[in-house]
Amino acid sequence: MLRLHGLVKRYRTGDLALKNIDLEVPQGQVMALIGPSGAGKSTLIRCINRLVEPTDGKVYLKDLELTALSKRALRHARRRMGMIFQEYALVERLSVMENVLSGRLGYTGFWRSFFRRYPQADIDEAFRLLERVGLVDMVDKRADELSGGQRQRVGIARALIQNPEVLLVDEPTASLDPKTSRQIMRLICELCEERNLAAIINIHDVLLAEMFARRIVGLQLGEIVYDGPPGGLTPDALTQIYGEEDWEATIEKVDEEDLTDEERAERVRLMGGH
Amino acid sequence: MSQTGEPRTWKRPPFIQNARLRWGLWLGAAVYLTLAFGTLEVDWGRVVEGVPRGQRFIASFFPPDFLSRWEEIFDGIYESLWMTVTSTVIGVALSIPVGLGAARNLSPTPVYLACRAIVALSRTFPEIILAIFFVKLFGFGPFAGFLALSLATIGFYGKLLAEDIEAMDPVQAEAVKATGASWFQWLNYAVQPQVLPRMIGLGLYRFDINFRESAVVGIVGGGGIGATLLTSFDRYEFDSAAAILLIIIAIVMGVEYTSGFVRRWVQ
Repeated sequence: MLRLHGLVKRYRTGDLALKNIDLEVPQGQVMALIGPSGAGKSTLIRCINRLVEPTDGKVYLKDLELTALSKRALRHARRRMGMIFQEYALVERLSVMENVLSGRLGYTGFWRSFFRRYPQADIDEAFRLLERVGLVDMVDKRADELSGGQRQRVGIARALIQNPEVLLVDEPTASLDPKTSRQIMRLICELCEERNLAAIINIHDVLLAEMFARRIVGLQLGEIVYDGPPGGLTPDALTQIYGEEDWEATIEKVDEEDLTDEERAERVRLMGGH
Repeated sequence: MSQTGEPRTWKRPPFIQNARLRWGLWLGAAVYLTLAFGTLEVDWGRVVEGVPRGQRFIASFFPPDFLSRWEEIFDGIYESLWMTVTSTVIGVALSIPVGLGAARNLSPTPVYLACRAIVALSRTFPEIILAIFFVKLFGFGPFAGFLALSLATIGFYGKLLAEDIEAMDPVQAEAVKATGASWFQWLNYAVQPQVLPRMIGLGLYRFDINFRESAVVGIVGGGGIGATLLTSFDRYEFDSAAAILLIIIAIVMGVEYTSGFVRRWVQ
């Protein structure tokens, strides 16, 4: 579904953020991308939809080479990639409905979007999604009136109304409390399963990553140093990703597949994890 | 470390480390100020003579006479308001493209430099100089005043719009871009909501400035209430001049109050 070949990003300051990344994410796979701050996680997902221009290498969405697209073709390709942001990135002075409908901008003509006259099908879909994320009563509230968890739900609805094939998720839980974090991660994973979406989720919380993703990729100074199931995250692997630290408390000891989400959450609570 | 020995002292380190330079700057400033005040040459005799003359002058403003020159006053105010409304609307409309171009995070460098140059040029000249210039070009009357105020508005509003856009939250803008929005949709959904409330407030503030400046440009031939005010001074009709000044004060206060109210409402 999504393939990265020899992706390199060097910022104008000379910092080499990504060194020759090769990565493939098949359809329906939720992949967590972990690593310390500054490892290049945000840069990596922004190189996919070219909010950041890669310096070298190729990115394919199915058979489409994203890195070769003209500006106009890139806008069309961006419609197929939903993005969810750290700190939600809602336009704060727009209403919940306008924020959700802004996910349709790539499909809508300028004047239609300017006068907020979206096609009925888009309005229906927006209401369906807001119902799904539990915010249907908030339609005309301004985005800055919502709580953090609610805002991220709007962010999720905005990404999904694009009808994307891939979700790019950048630290979705970074500013949420532990309980809301899990709810949001669970919602994202459920929606990916319902729609058979591939997703790359940047996350610095290792426990959350282990809890929700079946594949974990560890990034360290712009290089992939781990790629495997959550069970393979041994203290050695974590040391390689993050550096020397006592990792015993971070590692899941029971086979994850046997637990329900609630049980996992309970265990994490008992372990004092966050 | 233990508590033995004398207590350790601390003083805030001076802003200029070099003591000689620090005291030299103080001394230089003192000498310059003494010399500058020395050149003022106040003639106290004339000040004493001037005080009663000033009292008589101010007394002649009272009571203000609204009636005997009412038609001229009304025409002047009407012309000034007309000038204010048109120059604010046209100036703000023209400063939107200039402001977008002058925002570094929006525009490529050549466009940025060109728009910044327009802003700088228009801000270099105060309204009164622009008005003198346009009166020479297009003759006496409100058209020259209108042009002067419009041009001044572009510099003022374009600069503030550009700075507001540069200070916007880049993540909100990025999020809208990631949906595949076109450039104009992006402006409408990501940039406009972030800058609009402040820009409405500034537009009203500029309206207020343009009204006050319309009185000034009138004095150099740009039409409006300024021309009427100058005429009444020339004719020594200080009571009519007082009436004009009171009307200007009332209108400025009215606009001020309204703009404050609207600004609270759009936030």
